[in-house]
This record gives sequence, structure tokens and C-alpha cells, in this order.
Amino acid sequence: MRRLRALWLRVRGMFASGRAEAEFSAELESHLAMNIEDGVRAGLSREEARRQALIRLGGMEQAKIAQRERCGLPVVEALGRDVAYGVRTLRKNPGFAIVSILVIAIGIGANAALFTVVRSVLLRPLPFADPDRLVMMYGHNPDDPDSRNVVAAGDFYEWQKASQGFEQMAIWRWSGYNLSGQKNELPEMVSAAYGSWNLFSMLGVQPVLGRSFDPNDDKAGASRTVILNWGLFKRRFNGDPAIVGKTIRLNSQTYTVVGVLPGWFTYPDPEVQLWTPYRLEENPQNIESHFNHMGHVIARLKPGVSREQATQQVSGVQHQLFLRYNNSGPVVAGVTSQPLVNEVVGEVKKPLYILMGAVGCLLLIACLNLSNLLVARAAARRKEIAIRTALGSSRARLCREQLTESLLICVAGGAVGLVLAVWATRWLTTRWVDMPRAEAVHPDGVVVAFAVGITLLTGILSGLLPALSATGRGVLSALQDASRTIGGSASRASLRKVLLTAEIALTVVLLVCAGLLFKSFVRLRSVDLGCRTDNVLTMKFFLRRPKYAQPEQIVAFHTGLLEKVRALPGVEGAGLTNVVPGDGYYGDTGIRFPEHPPLPPGVHQFAIYRTADPGYFSAMGIPLVRGRVFTEDERGMTNDKHIVINQQFAREYFPNEDSIGKHVFVSWESDPGDAYEVIGIVGDTLYALDQPVKPMIWFPILSGNPVESVDAMLVVHSRGRDVTPLALPIQKLIAQMDPDLPVSRVLTMEQIVGESTANSSFSATLVLAFAGLSLLLAAVGLYGVLSYLVTQRTTEIGIRIALGARRTQLLQLVMLDGLRPAFVGLALGIAGSVGATQLIRSVLYATRPLDAVVYVSVIVTLLLAAAAACLVPAWRATRVNPIQALRAE
Amino acid sequence: MGNKADVWQGTLALMVLKTLETMGSLHGYGIARRIEQTSGDLLSLNYGTLYPALLKLEQEGYITSSWGASENNRRAKYYELTRAGKKQVKKEAADWEQTTAILARFLAPAEEA
Repeated sequence: MRRLRALWLRVRGMFASGRAEAEFSAELESHLAMNIEDGVRAGLSREEARRQALIRLGGMEQAKIAQRERCGLPVVEALGRDVAYGVRTLRKNPGFAIVSILVIAIGIGANAALFTVVRSVLLRPLPFADPDRLVMMYGHNPDDPDSRNVVAAGDFYEWQKASQGFEQMAIWRWSGYNLSGQKNELPEMVSAAYGSWNLFSMLGVQPVLGRSFDPNDDKAGASRTVILNWGLFKRRFNGDPAIVGKTIRLNSQTYTVVGVLPGWFTYPDPEVQLWTPYRLEENPQNIESHFNHMGHVIARLKPGVSREQATQQVSGVQHQLFLRYNNSGPVVAGVTSQPLVNEVVGEVKKPLYILMGAVGCLLLIACLNLSNLLVARAAARRKEIAIRTALGSSRARLCREQLTESLLICVAGGAVGLVLAVWATRWLTTRWVDMPRAEAVHPDGVVVAFAVGITLLTGILSGLLPALSATGRGVLSALQDASRTIGGSASRASLRKVLLTAEIALTVVLLVCAGLLFKSFVRLRSVDLGCRTDNVLTMKFFLRRPKYAQPEQIVAFHTGLLEKVRALPGVEGAGLTNVVPGDGYYGDTGIRFPEHPPLPPGVHQFAIYRTADPGYFSAMGIPLVRGRVFTEDERGMTNDKHIVINQQFAREYFPNEDSIGKHVFVSWESDPGDAYEVIGIVGDTLYALDQPVKPMIWFPILSGNPVESVDAMLVVHSRGRDVTPLALPIQKLIAQMDPDLPVSRVLTMEQIVGESTANSSFSATLVLAFAGLSLLLAAVGLYGVLSYLVTQRTTEIGIRIALGARRTQLLQLVMLDGLRPAFVGLALGIAGSVGATQLIRSVLYATRPLDAVVYVSVIVTLLLAAAAACLVPAWRATRVNPIQALRAE
Repeated sequence: MGNKADVWQGTLALMVLKTLETMGSLHGYGIARRIEQTSGDLLSLNYGTLYPALLKLEQEGYITSSWGASENNRRAKYYELTRAGKKQVKKEAADWEQTTAILARFLAPAEEA
């Protein structure tokens, strides 16, 4: 406490030293006078008494210095002087200062922004109670160590009964509802999820209004209840708390709102708008089933139980189920798990780390560049430093001064960078599609601390080397240099070349990685989906019960809609399906072949399941390979046992025979299921851009079978003209047919494809931007070093010209000087890239880490940039006027 | 002055405080003279080092200073103990006594042997 008080007084003392000094002088004067008087009284002469008194005092000035040091804080004052000196030198050279500050600002800004995202998304624990004990459970196939399947509800309830290591287990699955308007509001299709009643309490989430589900809600036949997410509550119900206890209409049925979730709760996805109880909504067959895998299972570990242990035990339970049921349907053989946080951030982890690596490189390059510039500055001030050393400045003092200068640049850069970071973070989170927990991303104290930390680190790193090299041994030799010494600072120039080489090597690594990512993205973008993607419009809707309970009602709506849409001017073709190519996996179905020998028990075959009307394939441009597609005859439930398959299906399941006319058992409704006849084979389409072709099966959507026909996507093609103006008329058509039916995903095929490549395009573009920036920095560095060398060697060049050197020779001389570090850096960088690209291998699509085209273009780009940077100084060297050069200095 | 001991590091503050405790209010020169006298002229005090020590004590709040007139009617800066200073004298004196007592135990048997 006392020390703090003293410190405070000393800090104040720094600013009020004038008065304190005058006062101390007076005190000393009175001290001396008293001492002298005593001396005189003791019989000394006045002169002698004064001499003695001064000796006892230990010198007037020394006493004042001691007093002054105690009065203020000498360390801080020296620092203040250094800062003032640094500011002065920077202001003398504003161009240098601005360029370096900007360079550092970009480096620090990019790092701080990425760090903000990484911290919020990857490092900060989930906002749930005790998130470390939350795990995600999956079905697991022991033959495939990476397999993680969604879980069948039947399995889940068995686990729940038998598990010992888990406190609780909950299940949820995706869903969606048509939310009807209350008073003339438009209907809306909302993403939703069913969850078991204990889900929220297990996560530790309390509704902000109302209550959570209880076991009585989570039952088949219970009264219908719903919990709203905050977003829907605010948007659709104006945030009016009175909604709790009232009813809303979902799929034309009445649900009582029992609670509202807090705004921060966005699991599993911010798009989910409401929750309903699991057993209430899931159909009873699925709840019992061990074959229908659709649930996501979260569990909370008991304290002190390890995840492995608890999972092992559940896996044992599952294995029993596998042995019991696998002969009658697909059952997973085991269970695996991972911490919930891994599941939540799983997909963005890698690209985020890649970006983090890229911005780290960028900062390092910025650092090297600044270092390089400072070395040049130090070289220009060699004489000054030598003189100050000769006058007694300590090396530490001179180093401190130089470090202060680089720190000043970095602090200014850091401040600008932090502002950039705030802005960049906002931009990143809005541009990054599907970033988990994007709403939780914002800079906080830790981020600021991180920025301050890297700022200081950058300042010290980039300042230390120049400071040490400028003040080292031999600094006095600058004084011995005759004014005409030539090439005197060769060692300093070589230090700069080493820095430059490192910079170029790093740039090459960045360029190669960016090139690969970009190529991978282009590959992905140019993948052939197997269908038409231009001028195709899509629209999704669900025909829900009870309005569409009968097949005839469904068929009537579908056929009526198609008729009206096809009659619109500009429509070339229209069709219905459940999912268009490139829009995801959606779901599969187990199949068997009556004409084939039975499979060994426990082996199951699957195909991705799709629906289509007769016009879908031609509207979508999916070619018919053999047989025929559906006709208008396959309408209604009586004549619907026909299917169309894709080529992959034929290749895989009918390798050596004609599949047309063969039968397939589809067991989704009942076992053994119905026999469907294969009537046609169409071309392969991809369900996702970066995934291989899978066997696919189309059922007639005009059967009106409620299982397969209610879920529809309208596809409209208009030849050679923009299809988007058709969206509104079609939406109006639908509203006329059923004002209560919401429409969603009104997108063009291009948008659907773009959606799925948005993130890879985004990270590729960002890394490319960073790489471009690094290239620019490296070129600026090269230019700087070379210009400096040429200035240093003006006299030498002048002599060479005077002695008859030709200009081309000089050009060669200087160019080679500059290109040598570029070549060495290039070689090192290529070697480094071979290693670095292995790390990004897993995010590359159809691009090898050693792609020759990328490497060659990087080499060419870098050499061009290097040559351009060298050309100006080299040209300047050839313009040296020998007379002036020799007269210089 | 060759045989006189220098003031040990850290003890000067206690001497100053103790002097002020006995003398009440006193100026710098007076404190210096008094310390020398109390030590029986065995201590040699560099007067120049006294003032930073006084300043430190003042910054720490153990003493205060004010300008006044000396016995010869000369303007001088007088120092005196604050309440905290009075406490501090007791504490430091006790500490010091304990230290010397401990040291004495080490030294005593050596003399006996």
C-alpha cells in the first residue's frame, strides 16, 4: 500500500519536477549554510568551512541527481524520451512509417479477426451446463473406424434403459412444419425439430418463458405442445409473452405453446424455429424400429465416468440388438461417441485452422518486411550510431531506442489492426455459410489481450534483429571508414537478403496452398451434376394432413399445379420431385431383389430414395438411358409399383444382366415390402458436389402415396431465358390453390449449387487474398533491398562505368543480386510447400497436393514479381552518371 | 574519517525515524548531525544520501515536511513523524531488535569457543 502511494507520488513527480527541484535547491542551500556556520564556529575559515561542507554533502550536483531520481521514475522517463525520439524519427520519414504501420495493421487485424472466430467457435465451451460431460452418440460399424451413423429410435430407448455411465440421454431429429397464419398472415414453412422431453433439462437450458417439456408431453397421443425458439417468438409473435398458453396451428393442427427458449440457444442450428415432443410427433413404427436411423442422440456422462467406458457399455447393449435383429433389417453393430463440442464445430475446424495458419504466415511476412526496412534504416544511421557509441551510449540504450521505434510502429499498427479486426470479424461471420455458433462470435477482452500480445511480440521480433545487428561489435568501424569506402556494409546487406529469402519462402508456401485450394474450388464448381443447372427454378412445399390425408387429394393438387405451371408463358418444362441433384442426401431405403439369390444374413443393400412425376426428368435434363420414365398411367395407388433407377444402381445391383422388368422389394413401410418393377434407367446425378455417385431409385410421385408424395419440390425450366421472373406467378398460383400452403427454397439450381460451394469458395478466396498480399509484401521487400544496395554502390557503379563497363553488364549485375535471394527463397518455399500441403490434403477436392500446374504457376508468378521488383533499381543503376557518382559524398 | 563505519544499507531509514521520534521536528542538517552524535561519531554519513532517504519516507507517508525558521533564524525544511511513521518506528525497531538478537546468538557461542 505504502509502496503504491510512493509510486503514485513518483509518477506525479515526473510531471512537476520543476517546482520540486527549486524547493530542493533551497533546502540544500539552507543545509550548506548551517553546515558552514558550524564550521566557522569551530574555527575554520569561511572558505575551508564551505569546502568541508561540500565534501560531507558528497557534491552538490550528485545530491541533486540522487534527489531527482527519487523524485520521479527514471526508467519511465527514459522510456518517454525514447518514445519521443522514436516519434520524431518516424515523423521525419512519414512514407516509411505509414507503409509499415499499414503492413503491420493488416497482419495484426487479420490475426485478431481469425482468432476471434477461432476462439468463439472452437475454444470457448458450449453455453450449456457442464459442457464437458455432454457427448454425442452414434451408431458405429466396427469395420469402418470413421463411421458415425444417426440412431434408430428403437436402439435409443434400449440404450436409455440399459446405460450405466450416463446420467441422461436425449434424442432429437429434424423436422419441419407448415405454420399457418393466425389473422391473414402468410403461412410459413418453418424448420423444426422433435426432441425427447429431457433434452433441454439435460443441456441445462431453461425456457425464458413458460416451461420445458415434461414426460406427459412426450407420449404418443398426448395433447399437442410446442416450444418456440426466441427468433420465431420475436419475429412472428412480436415477442408477446401472452403467446405462452395460447395455441398455434402447425400442419393444420392445434398446438399449445408451453415455453420460449432463450435467444442464445441455437442448437443444433440457428434455423430451427420450434421444438415438439419426440414421441408425440414421431410415428409409432419409427419409435419401435431398429432399422430407421434418423435420431441424433446426446447424453450426459455421470461425474467421474470416462466417455470411453460409458460408450463401451452402450456399445455392448447395441451389439446384443445387432445379434437379435440384424437378420431382419439393417442394425448397427456398435456405438461410438465424441464430445458434443466436436460435433458442433466438426466441419469448420479444418478450414479455420488453415486460415489461421495463412494469417499467421502473413503476419510473419509483415514482421520480416518491417525488420528488413528497419535494417535499412539502421544502415543509413550507421554514422550516427557510431558517434553516439563513441560518446558513451551503452549498447542496451541504443537497442532500446531501436526497439522502441519498431514497437511504436507495431502499436500504431495494432491499434488500426484491432479496428480492422472488429470489422473483419463481422464480415467473416456473415459471409461464412453454416458457421456454427456464429451468433456467439464477437471480440472480447481476451481477443484484445491477444491483439496486444501479438503486437508486442511483432514489435520485439521485428525490432530485435535490426537493433542487435546495428549496434554490435565493429560499430565504431563506421567512423574509420573513409568517406569513399565502397560496399562497406556488405554484412548488413546479407542480413537483409537472409530476411528476404525467408519472406519469399513463406510467400511461396502461401501461394502454393492458395493455388491448390483455388484449383480444388474450381474443380468442385465445374463438377457435372448430371443434369441441367441453368434456367431451372425450384420451390419446396409439403402437403400435410389432415387436408391432404387421402391419396386422391395429393394427386389432385400435384396434377393441378403441374397443369397450371406448364400453361404459364415461358415455361419449357415442369416437374415434381422430392430433392433435386446437389441438394443433399436426404434419405435412403433398404432394398432386396426377388430374382437374385438371397443375401447372406446381416448384409443389407440400400439406394438413395427420390420421387418424380412423368415430366421431371425432361424438365431437369436428366437423360433417359434405357426403358422409359413414368407415364400419366402411373397415377394413384393402384398402378404405382414402378420405379426408375440410375445407371449406378444398374451397375452395382444388376452388373451382368438387364435390369428392365426386374423387381425390387422396398421395405420401408412393411416387411417384406412391396415389389416394384424397374421400368427405366436414367443418367447418374450427384446428390452432393463433392460426393461420389450412389445407387438411386425414383418412385412415382403421382401415386399419391402419403409416405412418398407429400414432400415435393417443383422444378421449372425455361429455355434460354431467365427463369426467376416466373417465381412470383407460380407462388401466386399456389396461394390460389391453397392459401394455407407455405412455399420455401425458392431458388435457382445455380443458387443451390452455389450454396454448397460457398464455403470452399470463401476460404479459397481468402487464402488467395492473403497469398496475394504476401506476394506484394515480398515484392516491396525485394524492391527495397535492391534500391538500397544500388544507392550504396553508386560510387562503385560509377567507377565501373568510368572504366568502361557496359550498361547491360551492370543490369545483369544488379538483377542477379536481387534474384539470388528470390531463387533461394523459391527453392526453400517449394520444399516447405511439399510438407505444408499434406496438411490441407483432406480439404482438397480432386486436386493432388503436388499438382504440377499450381506449382509451375506459383514459380512463374513469383519470378515475374521478383523480376518486376528488381527491374526499377537495376535500370536506375544503369542510369548512374559516373561524374556525379564519383563526386558524391 | 578513515575509521568510521559507513551507514549500512536499509538502516538509515530507521535511524531517521528514531531520531525524529526523539527530537520531534527537525531539519535535514539537524537529522544528519544528530545521527552522527548518537552514534558517538562512529558513523560517517554522506549528507547527500540523506535527502533521497527523507524523500522516500515522505513519499511513503511516514514523515511530513514543512518550511520553518531554524535556531539561527534561517529558513529550513522541517521533518516530523506522521501517525503511520510512529507506528513504523515501533515495528522496525522491533524487527531490528529481533534480527540483532538472532545474530547475537550466532556470535555468542563463537566467542565462547
